[in-house]
Amino acid sequence: MKEDITWIEVGRVADIPPAGARVVKTKQGDIAVFRTAADDVFAVRDRCPHAGGPLSQGIVHGARVTCPLHNWVIDLASGEATGPDEGCTGTFPVRVENGLIRLGLSMPPGQPAAAS
Amino acid sequence: MMARTRERLVVVGNGMAGIRTVEELLKRDPDRYDITVFGAEPHVNYNRIMLSPVLAGEKTFDQIILNDRSWYEHNCITLFTGEKVETIDREARTVTSAAGRTVGYDKLLLATGSIPFIIPVAGRGLPGVVPFRDISDVEEMLRRAAGGGRHAVVIGAGLLGLEAANGLAANGMAVTVIHLMGTIMERQLDETAGLMLKVELAGRGIDIITGATTEAILGEDRVTGVLLEDGREIPADIVVMAVGIRPSTSLAKSAGIEVERGIVVDDHMVTSDPAILAVGECVEHRGAVYGLVAPLWDMARVCADQLTGNAESAYAGTVTGTKLKVTGIDVFSAGNFNGGEDCEEIVFRDDTRGVYKRINVKEDFIEGVVLYGDTRDSAWYFQMLRDGENIAAIRDTLIFGQGVGGAASADPRAAVAALPDSAEICGCNGVCKGSITRAIAEKGLATLEDVRAHTKASASCGSCTGLVEQLLELSLGDEYQAAAAAKPLCKCTHHPHDDVRRLIVAGELKSIPAVMRALEWKTPNGCHTCRPALNYYLLAAWPGEYKDDYQSRFINERAHANIQKDGTYSVVPRMWGGLTSAKELRAIADVVDKFAIPTVKVTGGQRIDLFGVRKEDLPAVWKDLNDAGMVSGHAYAKGLRTVKTCVGSEWCRFGTQDSTGMGVKLERMTWGTWTPHKVKLAVSGCPRNCAEATIKDFGVVAVDSGWELYVAGNGGMKVRECDFLAKVETEGQVLEYCGAFLQLYREEARYLDRTAPWVERVGLDYVKKRVVDDGEGRRALFARFRFSQVFSQTDPWEERASQGVDSHEFASLATVG
Ligand SMILES: Cc1cc2nc3c(=O)[nH]c(=O)nc-3n(C[C@H](O)[C@H](O)[C@H](O)COP(=O)(O)OP(=O)(O)OC[C@H]3O[C@@H](n4cnc5c(N)ncnc54)[C@H](O)[C@@H]3O)c2cc1C
Ligand code: SF4
Ligand code: SF4
Ligand code: FES
Repeated sequence: MKEDITWIEVGRVADIPPAGARVVKTKQGDIAVFRTAADDVFAVRDRCPHAGGPLSQGIVHGARVTCPLHNWVIDLASGEATGPDEGCTGTFPVRVENGLIRLGLSMPPGQPAAAS
Repeated sequence: MMARTRERLVVVGNGMAGIRTVEELLKRDPDRYDITVFGAEPHVNYNRIMLSPVLAGEKTFDQIILNDRSWYEHNCITLFTGEKVETIDREARTVTSAAGRTVGYDKLLLATGSIPFIIPVAGRGLPGVVPFRDISDVEEMLRRAAGGGRHAVVIGAGLLGLEAANGLAANGMAVTVIHLMGTIMERQLDETAGLMLKVELAGRGIDIITGATTEAILGEDRVTGVLLEDGREIPADIVVMAVGIRPSTSLAKSAGIEVERGIVVDDHMVTSDPAILAVGECVEHRGAVYGLVAPLWDMARVCADQLTGNAESAYAGTVTGTKLKVTGIDVFSAGNFNGGEDCEEIVFRDDTRGVYKRINVKEDFIEGVVLYGDTRDSAWYFQMLRDGENIAAIRDTLIFGQGVGGAASADPRAAVAALPDSAEICGCNGVCKGSITRAIAEKGLATLEDVRAHTKASASCGSCTGLVEQLLELSLGDEYQAAAAAKPLCKCTHHPHDDVRRLIVAGELKSIPAVMRALEWKTPNGCHTCRPALNYYLLAAWPGEYKDDYQSRFINERAHANIQKDGTYSVVPRMWGGLTSAKELRAIADVVDKFAIPTVKVTGGQRIDLFGVRKEDLPAVWKDLNDAGMVSGHAYAKGLRTVKTCVGSEWCRFGTQDSTGMGVKLERMTWGTWTPHKVKLAVSGCPRNCAEATIKDFGVVAVDSGWELYVAGNGGMKVRECDFLAKVETEGQVLEYCGAFLQLYREEARYLDRTAPWVERVGLDYVKKRVVDDGEGRRALFARFRFSQVFSQTDPWEERASQGVDSHEFASLATVG
């Protein structure tokens, strides 16, 4: 089934510190929007696949983030845990144009909310 | 009149792509078309990319002309300069210029280039605000510089902006570049190369402000300055806008030709109207729009083929590379240089030579290249990138360039080799690199023991042993076999903690990127292990000078509260020496009610911990606590936590001294300090030791004749009883010994070492020697401690609650749905 994606403007790249992240609150749970030191922008679900740690609060290095709770390292492009750990958090499509960030969200009404 | 035998070609745009196409066309079939060219500029065709050297005074306009009038005449091309084409009549197949001239065509070629993007801020229309696009812009800049203009502001630190800045500086202007992003030329360079370039340009007097947004351009009848969003005002006699370009499409659009970002063309450069072709920056091909000349050459060839009936040839897009044309600075970038999924990076740095290279490789193919300081091999890399050449066979030596056959892996000793002779290697004994290498050479030293005996280097705490061994290796080559090297700080580097600390001081490295460059970090910006460590080492080495790197701190220190398992935070206000008051308790109780804080607990360190605070509530919670006079307890910090006390002589019948008062004094002196790990103090009023002072990092026990001082205790996972350090008589001495001990720990321990493992490693004798026996050394340590405290004793809560520091940290970016 092809899902319809809505591109929603959530802010500017400049609103996120380099090598940092900010949270976008949605009905389906928090999304962490990352800006790497190289100014690439990624969006992943703000829940570590290990024990639900808020990934947005971790240290960002390269295109990865280290979860603040137990140091799992998550690849931002794939949402996958790296190294010996296994698990994946959801990723979201992002577009940056003229410094504006848009998230690609599928938002059919009544979609079951992700575990909170 | 002769009957028309030739087809008519009209070219709109007398720029680089249009005329290149005409040149290609003439090569193929010079007699096929009657050619008419319209150019909005009053000039013949010139090399636009050479405008920068013209601005910098390195070339004259005549030197950058590509085709002079005689060329047009010789090729029977009718040229109308200074005539903008305003309409296309596709039915009648004619174009009409602003001057009212109408010319018919069989084929029409649009090559209208781009128009500079002008950011929509107030004042953008003032005289003195110019883009950087054509020769008239350059003339305007030169006129203002010659007319006594002192200050220039360039908005945008991309390729164009930096070339403009360099040119204006060459004309004697003080130039400030304002850039929205955190690093300059971020679309061409990675962070490291961008930083190197920034430093280089700063050396040329070009001031670059990154992360800055332009709020308005100031001035009445001409520009006088630029106002930034943060309130800063920068004076300006000229403002150059170099924030980007947009394909010039209005002519095509008004004629009803398909336009997206640019004029849409197929692989043969044909637009939605088969009689109309387009080339250059004005087109969009397979979704891509180009801003460099290399793709235009490819387009011109295909377009000429198409115009001469060769429908086979097709344009497939171009991989672009960029070179910065600023004299003396060699920069090159191409492809995807910022890595990403499955990308491996090969990095080479030599800070002394100012060379940095980075190649991104994906499954044995080059994905992207950044070269800084040495671009000799740019063509070679670029060729391999474009051709999709498999580099597996030459991977080992790839980074060294085309000329290198033998594999030489990055040498861990390079950073030590690069140090000047005056660099201090052994801090304890003040021995510099030159004395060590000289002693090795002159006295024929061959072992670490020899060096220790003759120079004293590495003879005290031993933390510089690694560096001394590297000097032995450098001097003696293979003859010197070092014992197993110490463990590297993390996988991003081959240097162990102690070496990194010493090299930061010896090499006067003052930022994380500088350390990573000089010590040849293997990753572009480290990891969660090394970045906090480097941040601390720099902070400890350069108090007052180093700018804290907030993003290299663990969330607790970034948010100034402890993250708990459910993602909420806990907050601990400081209670000096464990004392509190009704007012403070009332404020705490009010905060608990107001923010529905679920748990309130007395901690092991005699304070009150408020659990379950939501992150977005933190600034408001702090504000209320601040208002009652309380400051942050740093319960989250690798820094001083608490000073535990007993009631001492004030109330206790056994107390020999005022232990509470002593504790308050110690806490007032030490709060806010940053240390390798958390630090806890305690003061007991008699040997009964109710404050448990003998399992603290620094413990004080009062006795009749003075104070006993204890160090390196730990009540954590591995309980360790303190070592006795000294007995002193006065309160002043307690403070001095305490500060000196903490400073020694701050300067020499490894990040995340508490005092216990550190003292066990270097030995209690060493600590006593530095803090007790050496009075002068102790006072110097204490002075350095107090100096660094000048910069660190600010209440982070107050800064965030009232001054809005890092406010983005506590607010979400957006709410959706
Ligand atoms: C200062 C500067 C430095 C640069 N440095 C580099 C570099 O180092 N490397 C690199 O690869 N690229 C560089 N570029 C970019 C490069 O110059 C352009 O990619 C290239 O010139 C684009 O060619 P074009 O023919 O599409 O557009 P242009 O060369 O801009 O030509 C378009 C012409 O069409 C005219 N025109 C527009 N509309 C009309 C109309 N309706 N009627 C008549 N005429 C019209 C314009 O006046 C203009 O003269 C630089 C550009 C600038 C401005
Ligand atoms: S390590 Fe040392 S040898 Fe080196 S500085 Fe300390 S005691 Fe000196
Ligand atoms: S240490 Fe001694 S003096 Fe202090 S309270 Fe305890 S018992 Fe009393
Ligand atoms: S919750 Fe992320 S590492 Fe445990």
